[in-house]
Amino acid sequence: MTKYIIRRLLQTIPVLIGVTILVFSLMHLVPGDAAKIIAGEGASDQTVENIRERLGLNDPLYVQYGTFVGNAVQGDLGSSIRSGRPVMDEIGARFWVTFELAFYSTIVAVFLGLIAGIISAVRHYTLTDVTVMIIALFGLSMPNFWFGLLLIQWFAIGNWMPESLEFLKMRPSGWGDDWRQVVLPVLTLGTGGAAIIARMTRSSMLEVIGQDYIRTARAKGLTERIVVYRHALKNALIPVVTVVGLEFGGFLGGAVLTETIFAINGMGRLTIDAIRTRDFPMVQGTVLVISVLFVVVNLLVDVSYRYLNKRIDLN
Amino acid sequence: MSEETVNHPVTAKKVNPQLESFKQFWRRLAKNRAALIGGIMILFFVIMAFLGPWIISTFTDWEPNKTSVANKLQGPSAEHWFGTDSFGRDIFTRIVFGMKLTLYVGFLSVFVGGIVGVILGIVSGYYGGKVDTIIMRLMDVLLAFPGILLALAIVAVLGGSLTNVIIAVGIFSVPAFARIVRGSTLSVKKLEYIDAVRALGASDFRIIFKHILPNVMSPIIVQASLRIATAILTGAGLAFLGLGAQPPAPEWGAMLNEGRQYMYEAGHVALFPGLMIVVVVLAFNIFGDGVRDALDPKMKK
Repeated sequence: MTKYIIRRLLQTIPVLIGVTILVFSLMHLVPGDAAKIIAGEGASDQTVENIRERLGLNDPLYVQYGTFVGNAVQGDLGSSIRSGRPVMDEIGARFWVTFELAFYSTIVAVFLGLIAGIISAVRHYTLTDVTVMIIALFGLSMPNFWFGLLLIQWFAIGNWMPESLEFLKMRPSGWGDDWRQVVLPVLTLGTGGAAIIARMTRSSMLEVIGQDYIRTARAKGLTERIVVYRHALKNALIPVVTVVGLEFGGFLGGAVLTETIFAINGMGRLTIDAIRTRDFPMVQGTVLVISVLFVVVNLLVDVSYRYLNKRIDLN
Repeated sequence: MSEETVNHPVTAKKVNPQLESFKQFWRRLAKNRAALIGGIMILFFVIMAFLGPWIISTFTDWEPNKTSVANKLQGPSAEHWFGTDSFGRDIFTRIVFGMKLTLYVGFLSVFVGGIVGVILGIVSGYYGGKVDTIIMRLMDVLLAFPGILLALAIVAVLGGSLTNVIIAVGIFSVPAFARIVRGSTLSVKKLEYIDAVRALGASDFRIIFKHILPNVMSPIIVQASLRIATAILTGAGLAFLGLGAQPPAPEWGAMLNEGRQYMYEAGHVALFPGLMIVVVVLAFNIFGDGVRDALDPKMKK
């Protein structure tokens, strides 16, 4: 196990190097002159030159990359071109908002997805199963930003939980202090993931239920409840763990759309605003932070998957 | 990879093995209800995308970009089936004209990403060794950007336009193809007949295109149809953020974004484009699920 963790850790090094190179390249892949674009139209040559100097764009590429990585490791991602504040400070203020949004959404997705998937598997090929799977297929096919808009509309028209619509007000930072304000964004982001987890749980459960040891358990005279929940579910959940990790990461990225709809001041909105205003250091910073976090999550998922699987092997 | 396609029965009759497996593919596909329903829906959308605008401009005086302030934000009626938007434009007409854009994003991006991904996957699986390591690490890097983030970063660099969305979503699709094709190539490569062909002096190029590619086709087709669904959603998301097709293009994601401000007074403006995205994406998902069941007997329960 330790050996596996070390090997897996070593494997992430080239990935992280690749990620930094790609993020670093963002500014250099811009068609035309990045400094000119940042300066805006009609800027004087002197202004453009100043920006170029400040971003170190006159140095050779490998020096620029070295500086970029060296600074990033020390938590310095440069300064925003628009606000002049350090990128890391701006991200720090918003990081937990997005993290929380993704985290709660994961819980909702796992909760809804597991229930739906288990019901579907236990009653496979019944009307219930078909209905649940059709709903899941819709959940999978729905743009979540559209679903979010519909939720806002329904809640507003039905006048349900007016507090949940408080979200539409811009918040300087962080969540409101009322849990009801979290409901709509979390539902918006979590539903698509729930559909994926439901489908995954169902097929994984069906595969396990078909196996010999489940027949043995049934033959022993155990009740169906114990067979399903104690024997089948435990093993069926292992592949689901992988998806849950991926979903959490996907939510971190997908938060861009949800945060835009609900005017949440998280990292997603920060990224979008930075893209709109061509604030390249800020774009680089948010993209780098989210992807490094995703790499770490994937690492944890792989290790826990291995751990769970190993226990099975030993049994 | 199914055994059947690989070891299909060779009778004394002279048969073209590729044609046979192609026929077999269609037979199995036609038997699968989900694949059939999804396929018919997709066909309908494709026809609508190309004939719809022509029918509308020939037989009616509806135009996708004709504004009429007097008629703005009207609900659905006999005159305006899906109502009108904030500029008084007919939403139904815009949706019909926008169908082509949605399918463009779906098909073109997956086509571009698929070709690159398939080549990388086959090369990686076939040659193995250092080439494999480098290609797969590269794919890992692309996969390290969760969800829409990679496409977003690419559009951030290139600037917002329909073409750039297609490029971005295409790059976003590459790793999925590369991984799946690599896996299938590895298992096909081990089969004896590949050794036999090689012993007969076939070149790598010939082995790859003549023998490996046809045998990894089914996972590619499954992946492509599911990927088109994702691509349409991602493209619509980028357009919704204002980074895709620019107004007044009747792109559904962009229409949703325009309708967003009128959620309370005129919900239909955002309702219909969203509903259309759901239906089209649903068709590709149903088709993909069906194709997977039809082509991969292992997955069948």
